[in-house]
Amino acid sequence: MAPKPLDYESLNENVKKVAYAVRGELYLRASELQKEGKKIIFTNVGNPHALGQKPLTFPRQVIALCQAPFLLDDPNVGLLFPADAIDRAKHYLSLTSGGLGAYSDSRGLPGIRKEIAEFIGRRDGYPSDPELIYLTDGASKGVMQILNTIIRNENDGILVPVPQYPLYSATISLYGGSLVPYYLEEEANWGLDINHIRQSVAAARMKGICVRALVIINPGNPTGQCLSEANLRELLKFCFRENIVLLADEVYQQNIYQDERPFISARKILLDMGPPISTEVQLVSFHTVSKGYWGECGQRGGYFEMTNLPAKTVDEIYKVASVSLSPNVPGQIFLGLMVNPPKPGDISYLRFAAESNAILESLKRRAHIMTDGFNSCRNVVCNFTEGAMYSFPQIRLPPKAIEAAKRAGKAPDVFYCLKLVEATGISTVPGSGFGQKEGVFHLRTTILPAEEEMPAIMDSFKKFNDEFMEQYEDYRGYSRM
Amino acid sequence: MRRFATERAKRLLFGSLLASRSPPSAFLCSSPPAAAAMDPAAGVVTVDTINPKVLKCEYAVRGEIVSHAQRLQQELQDKPGSHPFDEILYCNIGNPQSLGQQPVTFFREVLALCDHPSLLDKSETHALFSADAIARAWQILDVIPGRATGAYSHKLLIRQGIKGLRDAIAAGIADRDGFPANPDDIFLTDGASPAVHMMMQLLIRSEKDGILCPIPQYPLYSASIALHGGSLVPYYLDESTGWGLEISELKKQLEDARSKGITVRALVVINPGNPTGQVLAEENQREIVNFCKNEGLVLLADEVYQENIYVDDKKFNSFKKITRSMGYIDDEIPLVSFQSVSKGYYGECGKRGGYMEVTGFNAQVREQIYKVASVNLCSNISGQILASLVMNPPKVGDESYESFNADKNGILSSLARRAKALEDAFNSLEGVSCNKAEGAMYLFPRLRLPQKAIAAAKAVNAAPDAFYARRLLDATGIVVVPGSGFGQVPGTWHVRCTILPQEDKIPAIISRLKAFHEAFMEEFRD
Repeated sequence: MAPKPLDYESLNENVKKVAYAVRGELYLRASELQKEGKKIIFTNVGNPHALGQKPLTFPRQVIALCQAPFLLDDPNVGLLFPADAIDRAKHYLSLTSGGLGAYSDSRGLPGIRKEIAEFIGRRDGYPSDPELIYLTDGASKGVMQILNTIIRNENDGILVPVPQYPLYSATISLYGGSLVPYYLEEEANWGLDINHIRQSVAAARMKGICVRALVIINPGNPTGQCLSEANLRELLKFCFRENIVLLADEVYQQNIYQDERPFISARKILLDMGPPISTEVQLVSFHTVSKGYWGECGQRGGYFEMTNLPAKTVDEIYKVASVSLSPNVPGQIFLGLMVNPPKPGDISYLRFAAESNAILESLKRRAHIMTDGFNSCRNVVCNFTEGAMYSFPQIRLPPKAIEAAKRAGKAPDVFYCLKLVEATGISTVPGSGFGQKEGVFHLRTTILPAEEEMPAIMDSFKKFNDEFMEQYEDYRGYSRM
Repeated sequence: MRRFATERAKRLLFGSLLASRSPPSAFLCSSPPAAAAMDPAAGVVTVDTINPKVLKCEYAVRGEIVSHAQRLQQELQDKPGSHPFDEILYCNIGNPQSLGQQPVTFFREVLALCDHPSLLDKSETHALFSADAIARAWQILDVIPGRATGAYSHKLLIRQGIKGLRDAIAAGIADRDGFPANPDDIFLTDGASPAVHMMMQLLIRSEKDGILCPIPQYPLYSASIALHGGSLVPYYLDESTGWGLEISELKKQLEDARSKGITVRALVVINPGNPTGQVLAEENQREIVNFCKNEGLVLLADEVYQENIYVDDKKFNSFKKITRSMGYIDDEIPLVSFQSVSKGYYGECGKRGGYMEVTGFNAQVREQIYKVASVNLCSNISGQILASLVMNPPKVGDESYESFNADKNGILSSLARRAKALEDAFNSLEGVSCNKAEGAMYLFPRLRLPQKAIAAAKAVNAAPDAFYARRLLDATGIVVVPGSGFGQVPGTWHVRCTILPQEDKIPAIISRLKAFHEAFMEEFRD
């Protein structure tokens, strides 16, 4: 009997090649344990609201009014909503062509793209063109669209940092391109050394790969490092010399936990450097409402901004965007609110500022608690989370542990993480999901669990880890399993 | 020549920096070295160097004619009175709420409460929201972990959509069909379109993989097939029999494709049809199911217009219902059914809500589908909630039922009236014949254009229907999509016009259309 079209053997090979660490063993095991009644602490996804972070009040008020415009006609609406939320809802509704239920322009509502351009102008000190800003259902969709535009065949290579957020590896596989890894330096706080990139490019070209794009994630995921201005300048010069498009994933730009390296956008540096770089280097920058102190992952709101792309290419990108008709309108409004939050003097300002600051300060404290907690553990070394939402400690597994993992048929970090979740309920993602140097093991957790629960979580982790290390460093020649 | 001179000027100006750039020829890149050497500053992402599949893909619904309309709209804004019409009427896209259709109140009440759950803790809320909307919001928030509508649905299997919402949708499907549905077969997506893309991605390995598509078709299918590098295998609907779907035609096209070395993998059926509006008869549907079974094809059933039926003698039957009523059990027929919140009487296009129900696949394949769905993390929560509401609207006895039913019937009966009025209008035009819109949201009249008009079109390098559509727009402000965007029997011309402008605008549209058409036919009379 001939294989059916959707039998496994007959599927698109690129789909099969995709590895996206969502259905890893850790996930499955954690869910099994959860079903058996064990309390699981899901520290594996950057999903703040799922771990108890409350949504900011003002945007939710605005969106509720936009969802139900009949409320605006009700004389009692002022009992439930502050005047500035009511005004803002009217403003956003006026930007739509039929409220939340109508497809917008495929690139997103012009009024919101204008607000984003203004935000970028204020942030960077250079004007931004709303026509070159496209809104998408989450930044991921934008990344996928741009990579699909760039990748022609398996000889097209995309430079991706290692460790990286696996959207990049998954998408490159899906579209049949080649991932060209460049390693971040763990000993230098996950710093980016341009020489590593040069080496990776040279190696790829020897194999006949045409290197087309360079992905930077700033602040980094999972590593958290923030790029310095010098770094960005080096990268831009490199892209100019090598004729490579720069893809700047800047979704964590609001999540900065130290003062030495504040967030600077790639676009600002590109423009600071003047011609020819400012006019020649092609750049696409990505942002979202899912991170920062907003954490509105479920809304699926994001955008990308194009710099120095030829008009015809922009047309093609527009054409493909139109096939999906339009990004979701509520998500677009969240973007507008994010770039235009309440200002001092607005009725909702004090509350908004208090809520936002509380979240950011807490994230900063949790970044420290986690880093310090991991560093207090035996055989664990953890760089400080300078930004983003994750901690990526290195676990120095003793040789006996590695052997035990081998015998169990598991990668060493998977083995460790499985034991961790079984013992403590802490569900993490093994470092292999993100890429790491051969023989060096990590795990990724988020810094998102509630602050009051953190000390207990770190204690629980330390207890497990130190016992695990003792067990596998046992020199008496037998291992207690 | 000028480009080359500019390059030399740039080189002189930027001197050392440019000189230190590695020459493109050293890159071992597949772009033609000659072109690269001529314009090294062109950068990587130019039209010559992007993914050729992107270049191949076309989508007429928002194509050239729409860009022109937007320009005219801007001109009207900048200089009122500069055109023989006051406003642009977008009849090109099935976007009801952009043309004044009101959203269903009950749905928006529930969504507002879910978006801002603190409302539920306030006593004043009872004065502004119906009790059953409040109850439904509580129900929904209860199935969302932590009442967190701002969270990705991230736990196991939840990336295909929140479990409680999929349960509700499965129950709604079972209610509709009389046959059970499994919540784990449902994948919630940002509108039906991403789900279609996912299936094309899975099915298409190379240009040797073909997908049977109806002609005329909704150009998402042709665009998606092109984007994924496959081959569209057309099967023609029969205009003379109300856009009938003949199995003999399916067989013929299938055999033809196979003889050319194409592996035909799936059959797309749009029911009710877009742009054609026909609703399939049950017998027809059974033939289609058997055809797919015999030929080993996946049936891709686009059913997004299932609530838009305007004739009493036809009923919507889902293909899932048909297969089950024929006695086929789950794993015998690979079937993917698409539904959306964008159409029906709810018309919530901007929310991007929809799902695909995937039945008849083994666990391994389902895992692959899940994996592809997960790369984008999850679909937007508001859209997920709406999908669950659409498949589970208020029932008789619920507090909101009366007003809900009034909303729903009001919209559907108005759509039926508009469909008839526009159908009659088109049929009254010289040389135009228009099949009835049994369902969906469009009319697809056939234009028999005089030779002179066809020649005039050729002279400006336009297809005759695009030429007609452009003239219509310039004279009346009405935007329709040329039939060539959907496919048609070669040598025939059509336009697609939605039935969506508000009822009070229809008489004016009809009179302007008539006036334009008469003038056009006079101008090009042979």
